[in-house]
Amino acid sequence: MGSEFIVFLAVAIVAIGAAVGMALSRNALYSAMFLILNFACVAVLYLLLNAPFLAVAQVTVYTGAIMVLFVFVIMVLGAEKLPAGESRKEMAWQRPLALGLGVLLLIQAAYVVFTRVVSSSATKLIDSSPLAIGKALFGPYLFPFEVASILLLAAMVGAVVLTRKE
Amino acid sequence: MNETTPYILLSALLFSIGAVSVLTRRNAIMIFMSVELMLNAANLAFVAFAKQWGQLDGQLFVFFVMTVAAAEVAVGLALIVAIFRAKKGTDVDDLSVMKN
Amino acid sequence: MQTLILLPILIPLAGMLVNAAFGGRIGGRAAGLIATVAVAASFGISVVLFAQVAATPARAIGADFGPWIRVSELNVPYGFRVDALSATMMLIITGIGGLIHLYSIGYMKGDPRTPRFFVYLNLFVASMLTLVMADSFLLMFVGWELVGLCSYLLIGFWFTDIKNAEAGRKAFVVNRIGDVAFVLGLLLIFFTFGSLSYGEVFEKAEAMKGAAAGVLTVITLLLFVGAAGKSAQLPLFVWLPDAMAGPTPVSALIHAATMVTAGIYMLIRSNVLLEHAPIAMQVIAIVGALTAFVAGYAALTQWDIKKVLAYSTISQLGFMVAGVGVGAFVASQFHLLTHAFFKALLFLAAGSVIHGMEHRAHETGQHGADPQDMRNMGGLRAKMPLTTLTFILGGLALAGIPPLAGFWSKDEIIAAAAKDNPIAFALLGLTAVFTAFYVGRQIFLVFFGKPRSADAEHAVESAPTMTIPLIALAVFAVLGGLINLPKGFPGEAWLGDWLAPVVGKEPHEPLNLALAGVFVALAVAAIAGAVGLYRRFASADSVDPLTRLGPLYAVSSRKWYLDEIYRAVIIKPFYMGASFLARIFELGGIDGIVNGAGRLATEMSETLRELQTGFARTYGLVMLMGAVAILVYFLVSGTAR
Repeated sequence: MGSEFIVFLAVAIVAIGAAVGMALSRNALYSAMFLILNFACVAVLYLLLNAPFLAVAQVTVYTGAIMVLFVFVIMVLGAEKLPAGESRKEMAWQRPLALGLGVLLLIQAAYVVFTRVVSSSATKLIDSSPLAIGKALFGPYLFPFEVASILLLAAMVGAVVLTRKE
Repeated sequence: MNETTPYILLSALLFSIGAVSVLTRRNAIMIFMSVELMLNAANLAFVAFAKQWGQLDGQLFVFFVMTVAAAEVAVGLALIVAIFRAKKGTDVDDLSVMKN
Repeated sequence: MQTLILLPILIPLAGMLVNAAFGGRIGGRAAGLIATVAVAASFGISVVLFAQVAATPARAIGADFGPWIRVSELNVPYGFRVDALSATMMLIITGIGGLIHLYSIGYMKGDPRTPRFFVYLNLFVASMLTLVMADSFLLMFVGWELVGLCSYLLIGFWFTDIKNAEAGRKAFVVNRIGDVAFVLGLLLIFFTFGSLSYGEVFEKAEAMKGAAAGVLTVITLLLFVGAAGKSAQLPLFVWLPDAMAGPTPVSALIHAATMVTAGIYMLIRSNVLLEHAPIAMQVIAIVGALTAFVAGYAALTQWDIKKVLAYSTISQLGFMVAGVGVGAFVASQFHLLTHAFFKALLFLAAGSVIHGMEHRAHETGQHGADPQDMRNMGGLRAKMPLTTLTFILGGLALAGIPPLAGFWSKDEIIAAAAKDNPIAFALLGLTAVFTAFYVGRQIFLVFFGKPRSADAEHAVESAPTMTIPLIALAVFAVLGGLINLPKGFPGEAWLGDWLAPVVGKEPHEPLNLALAGVFVALAVAAIAGAVGLYRRFASADSVDPLTRLGPLYAVSSRKWYLDEIYRAVIIKPFYMGASFLARIFELGGIDGIVNGAGRLATEMSETLRELQTGFARTYGLVMLMGAVAILVYFLVSGTAR
């Protein structure tokens, strides 16, 4: 229980709080803010987990690009809140059932973690510098890397086509 | 129990919150954000496992998940914009025209 | 060398694909050029293969391209072989085929669907090559069916006229009858010999000798019925005259020079089986001779320029079949070859005539008289000199006037029949006289005398793309006989020696001078008689002088009443049975079951439909349920490690 664990605990509590806040907030814009907070916490956890490159990427890609896009769309559409009209009758059972299933899923995961996960761990830290990651990306992961670029291109084209005015 | 176990548990918790949120919210944008939360939770687990096994591959997976997430958000938000134009709203429950 | 064997098939296939994909965009002329070049290239490779076969001691090269069908004992590879027989056929198919492709460019000019025409034509060449290059009966059957398909497509090419579509259908259905017998023959071959590839079957048939005579008779008769369908023999020839509804190049390529000879090729290929089935040989000889006679007789009184040639084709095919029946395989193949030359020539020249006759209608926009009716023609020799010359050469070759190609091959078959089968000999001899007569009648009616219609007066010679193939074919029709001269001539019996590895060595026969002399004299007399008779045929509505023969004329001009007989005996009862099935059985029984099943499905799905709420969130929920359930299963069963 070193200082590291105390940091983890603090960050984890903030992250959970942010997640719950996102899930419960009525206003989509608040939700987005909570989510940004959550992502920032996760970035800190990445640092604790010896993944500095991913921590930076998390901040730039998720908080910097993806969430900005979310906020932008919410504001442009003015879709912070849905009209007050209540949930449909035939969907009444949806909420409790979803909640129950979520809890069940969590219990299962915890059960697996405590009973099945091998409790050995690597002795030494791996080299996760940007150099090492770059070498892996352009080495054994070159093909997925190229595929990812095509995926991004396709997404770009798709987004342009979908939002084009008739 | 070892040093990464708390991370895995946290990941599972965040994932479950995201999943429940996806299923209970009606606003399409909210659903999307919840999906992002789930992806993020999975990423956290990846990184934790990468540390536990001393292998870099977990981190690279996260990299690719981020790429896919970015693509997904771009297309997803474009869809939402298009739907908003057509339906004047982002309630997914209004999108049940496949029925009948 | 392996792939070289496939190239003659693949190149026209590639041409077909190119034209199928881009034909509409590049236009008819370019499509025609592509198709022609493809067949010409195929011809070039066929020549190379021919030379290779000649250089190989075994006189055969072959290659397997992996297994095709493997079911327990049945093992058919993608096996191709080129031997003396198939190499000869390949040269005919690609050589004459190439010329006809070239001719078609001119003939089809202005037809908007020309690219499709060349697609079919290329497909036909590829299929026909598959047929002759196959190394097993089954692969041959694939080519066999494909050429049947092409024939159907091309007969009905101008399908907007219902008559053409019906002619195509008739050809297809009648061919199917033969094909059923062919398939039965294949099955019996497999049951008897346990294989379908030529080599094994022939080897085992040879080894069995007389022991299998009974089953071999059945096999060869079944194969013969198949051949009768494709090569238009009695009683299945009725489709061929109607097939003239297709464009004339098709008549020349498919319904005179190549496809209809597939049956002859198949019989010659099976010569080993035939030689052990003497009864079947007798049947084949008689049926062939009878076909020759019946069709030759019907040709005497036809007015349609192409119908005369169609019946003549059936008649000549009868000669070839009879040749097979009397064991003269080489003579049969020889006649197949020369006939391919001169009959393709005659058809193409006839097409040129039709084209010339249509010229006035095209120019003035007036509706002309029937451009295929010989009564409307006459005096065309002045307008179309090249066509006239080549048609006369082809006609004389057909009539058996020495030294043209037809004389040598026909004489060989008649001489062989004279030795072997007196009935066949008598029928064939009579037919030879008929042949000379209808040739004389046709040439005189079309090209001599005075024009009997305005169309004939204004006819013009066709374009070079059409006349060049005519000249080339005319050269072959004149010189084709040289490849198998009788004993005593220089280069005697070349074809016979060449085919010896396939059909066995046949002795060189000297020319039977008495026989040949008699038939040449008869032919000349018949031609002279025709000219004498039709000299006074002055106007389009004159009466055929042959009507004086009374019922004999009627039998010929009504084509032995065969269509009428078929209609009464087969088609009517068939329709009656079909309408019974359609009204009582189909509507009551089958439709009831089908509709019942449909209603059941509708009602069940109405119930299940309730599950599909249409709300994306519900689907998500169900997904999560599934995920949780799967996790539960893994945890309980202990598979998660």
